[in-house]
Parts: sequence; C-alpha cells; structure tokens
Amino acid sequence: MIISTIAFYLFAAMTIASAFMVISAKNPVHAVLYLILAFFNSAALFVLLGAEFLAMILVVVYVGAVAVLFMFVVMMLDINFTQLRQGFLQYLPIGGLIGIILMLELIFVVSGWALSPDAMSIGASTASASSDLTNTEQLGHIIYTNYAFLFQTAGMILLVAMIGAIVLTHRQRPGVRKQIIAKQVGRRPEDSMAVRKVEPGQGV
Amino acid sequence: MEIGLAHYLTVSAILLTLGIFGIFLNRKNVIVILMSVELMLLAVNINLVAFSAFLGNLVGQVFALFVLTVAAGEAAIGLAILVVYFRNRGTIAVEDIHHMKG
Repeated sequence: MIISTIAFYLFAAMTIASAFMVISAKNPVHAVLYLILAFFNSAALFVLLGAEFLAMILVVVYVGAVAVLFMFVVMMLDINFTQLRQGFLQYLPIGGLIGIILMLELIFVVSGWALSPDAMSIGASTASASSDLTNTEQLGHIIYTNYAFLFQTAGMILLVAMIGAIVLTHRQRPGVRKQIIAKQVGRRPEDSMAVRKVEPGQGV
Repeated sequence: MEIGLAHYLTVSAILLTLGIFGIFLNRKNVIVILMSVELMLLAVNINLVAFSAFLGNLVGQVFALFVLTVAAGEAAIGLAILVVYFRNRGTIAVEDIHHMKG
C-alpha cells in the first residue's frame, strides 16, 4: 500500500511538473519533449487506477502519434520562436489571475463534493468491473456490444481526420516527373526497336 | 495514507488549470496553444478514468477512449491547418491570423 502511495505522488508530481514545463519552456522542442513526459506519467497514473488498456493506448496514441506529429511540425516550420515569446510577461498577470480563480473554483468543487449512495449501485447495474477478467477483456466486452455504433463512429472520425489532414497538406507541384506504370507496361519492342540490315564495309 | 478519488481529481484539476494558463501565457504561439489543449484533454481523461475506477463502472473508460480519439483527430487537423497556413503566409503568429475578417 505504501509503495502505491509513493508511486502515485511520484507520478502525479512528475505529470504536473512536466505540464508546467510544457507551457513555460522557451524552446518548443523542449515543450514537446515535456509533453511526452507528461503523457508517460499519466499513463502510469492510469496503470495505478487499474486501467491498463487506456494506459497503453495513451502511450501508443499520444506519445507515438500526437507528440511525434507536434515534433514534426515544430521542426518542419521555420519559425522565429523568440519573436513569438514576446509579451510572455505581459500576459502573465491576467493569465495568472484567471488561472488562480479557476483553481479556487475547482478546489471548492473538489472539497465540497460528495458521492451519492446510489452511485455505486447504478454503476454496478450497467457495466460493473468484475475481477476475474482483465481490464482489456472487460472493455472489449463493452465496446463491441453496447457501444459498437459509437466505436464505429470513432473510427469514422479518425478516417475523416486522416482524409482531411491529407487533403489539406497535399500539394501538386509542377515539373515533378512521376513514374507512370501503365505506360511502362504498355511499351512494346516494336515502338522502341528497329532491325537494320547493314551492308558489309559501309556505315549505317 | 490511502489514495482516494479526491487525489486524482486534484491532479486533473491542476492539469486543467495549467492548460488554461498555458493558453493565456503563450498567446502568440499556436503550437503551444494546441499543446495546452492536449493537456486539458488529458486532464479530462484522468477525471473520467478516476471516476470509472472508483465507481467500478467501465463506461467511463469507454468514454475516455472516445475523448482520446477526438483529441488525436483534433491534433492532426489542427497541425495540418497550421502547416497550410504557414505555407501560404510564412508566419503562425496568432494576431496576424485575421484574413477572414474581411
């Protein structure tokens, strides 16, 4: 029990510290790396909560796809980031004020909140977590039965996002020579070769 | 000391606040704003998974999965728009983006 408590505090502190570094790092490449660290640590928090499948999905999707996409864009675009950081201190007071107000509101919510006694029974009736199956198996049982249509919709959203990203960033550049396979396959020997009868002692 | 639901909710509240703070702090840099949005969505996910784990109800985790899907799509489309904008204008400073104002 003491080990899980220490682990929670370690991962939570690392998550928050790296999240803070994301928003305050001077170099956006460092910000992306801290974002990856934050995602890894929250995946560890998910493991502590017993949601192993979501933890692995978080690592695969966020670290493997989203953060790498951010890194790619940061490195590809030729941007003067120091110029973009001007006014950082100018926005600090108003941003800090709004952050503190929001934080106070959230503290009031978290401290003044109580669980309804019926909540446990409501949850148990629909999709309760049984102990003899792993988390991934239980999620699979729910996703592919009760939430099959929503799962399909999520797939459609990803498809639309993929097509949208490709259509937006694809560009036709003039003067690029491409391989036309049909032309290559359709080429006959008669089109490109001719047999000449060469007389001896004379040129062609 | 037992780690309860309130601990996880506190972590997620701090993460959400940091995300909003990041949007205000880096008002000129769209990339960091998108990263702050990702942080806020991560806070939402931690909230959903914490409630799901402590109530013994797996629907919260299914919902977190959908949030993850939408976050991935949002990041892809947002960064694609950013790349196209940079290709056309040569800048991504937020205050320069007002060409649709007319």
